[in-house]
Amino acid sequence: MIGAQDLGGRDGFGPINPERDEPVFHAGWERRVLGFTVAMGASGAWTGDQNRHRRERLPQDFYWSANYYDIWLTALTQNLQERGMVTARDLEAGHAIDPPKPPPRVLKGEAVAATLAKGFPYIRESKATAAFAVGDAIRTIRNETPGHTRLPAYAMEKRGVIAAVRGVHVYPDSNGMGQGEDPRWLYTVRFTAAELWGHPSPDSVCLDLWEPYLVRA
Amino acid sequence: MPHDDHDHPHNSELSPIELRVRALESILVEKGYVDPAAVDAIIQTYETEIGPHRGARVVAKAWTDPAFADWLKRDASAAIASLGYTGRQGEHMVALFNTPYLHNMVVCTLCSCYPWPVLGLPPVWYKSPPYRARAVKEPRTVLAEFGVTLPEGKEVRVWDSTAEMRYLVIPERPAGTGGWSEEQLAAIVTRDSMIGTGVAGAPT
Repeated sequence: MIGAQDLGGRDGFGPINPERDEPVFHAGWERRVLGFTVAMGASGAWTGDQNRHRRERLPQDFYWSANYYDIWLTALTQNLQERGMVTARDLEAGHAIDPPKPPPRVLKGEAVAATLAKGFPYIRESKATAAFAVGDAIRTIRNETPGHTRLPAYAMEKRGVIAAVRGVHVYPDSNGMGQGEDPRWLYTVRFTAAELWGHPSPDSVCLDLWEPYLVRA
Repeated sequence: MPHDDHDHPHNSELSPIELRVRALESILVEKGYVDPAAVDAIIQTYETEIGPHRGARVVAKAWTDPAFADWLKRDASAAIASLGYTGRQGEHMVALFNTPYLHNMVVCTLCSCYPWPVLGLPPVWYKSPPYRARAVKEPRTVLAEFGVTLPEGKEVRVWDSTAEMRYLVIPERPAGTGGWSEEQLAAIVTRDSMIGTGVAGAPT
């Protein structure tokens, strides 16, 4: 979906203003949101792609102005409510009122180090052969699905060249909609800045794109 | 299991977002979805253990050990794992080597993808709309805001992290650092130089 999250190439956001000697967290509550968002991410209640899709459906005015940890908190709360794991009555009370609806797993303190170090690899074994090879010329599709996709609007219907073949990875357009991993070949595709933005430039942009986003040029 | 707030004596002093965070955490813990010890361990990990000092060590080793640099180019995940740096948001690593003709710069236009095991959690600007919107379209103007000006003849290649591949920029080694040790070199590798919004040896 071309939601508030699809920011690449948009104008009007002003200067970047990096903060010097920025701390890891700016407030105690940010720490807690990081902690329980990562813990719930390991619970198996939803996939990382479903979580991204929850965040990208937040209203544009909120998404563009909120503290990023508030984006996480708001999406986490909605993820929990949508699954009946947390109810409006719980939130109003600030405590568990309705009975729990447990996730598949609960990350225990003693398992954190090993779980974080292992991560969540997205590459999968597959017998499918790759449709493209390094150097192939491709064109991206137009895809204005209201669902989840990782093809940004600025790179739709553009011509590029395959720069790397990355293996078969979980396909977010399926996994983000709760429809299974449906792994597909993933490629890094290089586009000239001239193709993307329409002005002469020596520069380029590389994106990681799944095979269904691409057609032979 | 409702009860009063005897364990939360300072609720009246909390801001609205602090109240929301406290309420949700209470619910998650009371329902048994989240182990408070896990939350503390996660915070501790990303606040004190994992940070850009790890990426700096990778870069310094790449500068001083040609075999390691070659391994990084072929299989960055394995080369970086050999230093003990693995895990979430770094499962599929790629090292991008800057050269006199090429400057690499990393962004995630769609969310906040960032190589946690080697750089830690991303700074606020990396997650915010101005950088995410502008990095792909006007990278040289963005670089100028970070104090970096590149010659016209050098290509700027921007990497938009749209999948689970995570990118670490290996900046050019500054001139005049010939006899330096790995530790001395690591000290001049800034976080921004590994995102590509800075160069090594310059202040962040």
